[in-house]
Amino acid sequence: MNRTLTCIACPLGCTLSVELEGKDIISVSGNTCPRGKEYAISECTHPVRTLTTTMRCENGELVSVKTSKPIPKERVFDALAVINKTVARLPIAVGDVLISDLFGSDVVATMEKRK
Amino acid sequence: MTDLVIIGGGPAGMSAAISAYENGIKDIVILERDDELGGILRQCIHNGFGLHKFKEELTGPEYAHRYAKKVRDLGINVKLNTMVLDITKDKRVIATNSQEGVFEIQARAIILAMGCRERAKGALNIAGSRPSGIYSAGTAQKLVNVKGYLPGKEIVILGSGDIGLIMARRMTLEGACVKAVCELMPYSSGLARNIEQCLNDFNIPLRLSHTVVELHGRERLEGVTIARVDENRRPIKESYEFIPCDTLLLSCGLIPENELTKGIGAELSSVTNGSVVDQNRETTVSGVFSCGNVLHVHDLVDYVSEEAEIAGKGASEYIKGINKKGASIGITVDGKIRYTVPQIITEKKDVTVYLRVNNVYKNVKINVYDKDRLVLSKKKLKVAPAEMEAVKLSASMLEGVESLKFVLEEEK
Ligand code: SF4
Repeated sequence: MNRTLTCIACPLGCTLSVELEGKDIISVSGNTCPRGKEYAISECTHPVRTLTTTMRCENGELVSVKTSKPIPKERVFDALAVINKTVARLPIAVGDVLISDLFGSDVVATMEKRK
Repeated sequence: MTDLVIIGGGPAGMSAAISAYENGIKDIVILERDDELGGILRQCIHNGFGLHKFKEELTGPEYAHRYAKKVRDLGINVKLNTMVLDITKDKRVIATNSQEGVFEIQARAIILAMGCRERAKGALNIAGSRPSGIYSAGTAQKLVNVKGYLPGKEIVILGSGDIGLIMARRMTLEGACVKAVCELMPYSSGLARNIEQCLNDFNIPLRLSHTVVELHGRERLEGVTIARVDENRRPIKESYEFIPCDTLLLSCGLIPENELTKGIGAELSSVTNGSVVDQNRETTVSGVFSCGNVLHVHDLVDYVSEEAEIAGKGASEYIKGINKKGASIGITVDGKIRYTVPQIITEKKDVTVYLRVNNVYKNVKINVYDKDRLVLSKKKLKVAPAEMEAVKLSASMLEGVESLKFVLEEEK
């Protein structure tokens, strides 16, 4: 079986062809760089996504956040539910861990917030 | 007298300031109308920025933060909450803020970095009343990401540019149901990766060659009628389809914000809606430079930063009185290539020319001619309006050249 994917690892968006035999990946083609192959393998075995969203701060404003690593795709909405229930303490610096170990990743601030 | 006044503290303005500083100009002021540096990046909380510049994927606020920190560390003067009212031909900048009232700065050189705004008008050529619930995609982005307010629950998006695609995902993550993204053209102007990760991931249908023909609802939007369009982009009656929704987002492209540029008398391009510039991004008014989305709309912020570095260096040379100009090579295009930046080359050095095409083409060559002589040919498997192309010309290629024509040739 063949699967065609669009690589999302960079803005170039290469079209990848993956040759599959059952669950085994026989070959990947169409990638311009090694990250494309990595992406194809992950996408055909266990898809992951980096989640970016916002979190409430104690003063009512929002701070933008992301998962420090991609998390399992099917966990995205579960992760959101946890993030939406959390209130961040101020001040916040870029890179501060606001929730640790959520589905194998930390949730970190992507902007600065003063008190 | 101030050496360099930079209008706008977004990615272009910050990068231009840093570049000018590193090229020896220390007397710089950045004028920014918002209360923080960063421009539009502050509301672009998704990732995908910075792969070229930093070799890692950053979110918009993180990308902005790196530049803002550098600006601060270098001690570059920034005036926030400051609106520029007018710029005169002799480079006086008239601005206002609440502390200083209306004030004037005489600049030796000016860099225009005001960015762009959303195109909205044409898209609203839609029948029906004007109920509430209609937003531009950028406004919705600000509401959701900065104000924390979800503008609606059931969404239709018109236009498949990147902001529209990004907002389809964002609204879905926040609990809204995005029913369709309609695109008038037979192709999306957004990046392929965004169609994949913003639409396909959530099974949001992309309706190519479709538009919104009617709005329903009196006070609040209750639904839209969409239709397929023919080759002439006219709606086909038989294809009318009603979609119930409370919100319509318009993502119909961006347009450079050049109100101030007109006052200076710089020549504008009718294709880019930005200034006509040379390889240093100097406009037709000497000492006035332009970079970033105010010059032409970019698809990647990394390119904005790069372009601003060129403008910052160009401005620094201008201020130091270095003038290497010794040519006037005009660049024309064939129409399939819509435009190039720069449009004119005034110095015979290595120059990278950026260009954008008007349609999706496969197996093409970008050919550069000096009259009938082929100067350079670059093969491309695929070119698309969404992606800017770069062609490198070397100083030796420009020897003896009077004008250049960029032509897109399709291989048989
Ligand atoms: S294969 Fe490499 S170059 Fe192509 S989209 Fe993926 S990461 Fe980018």
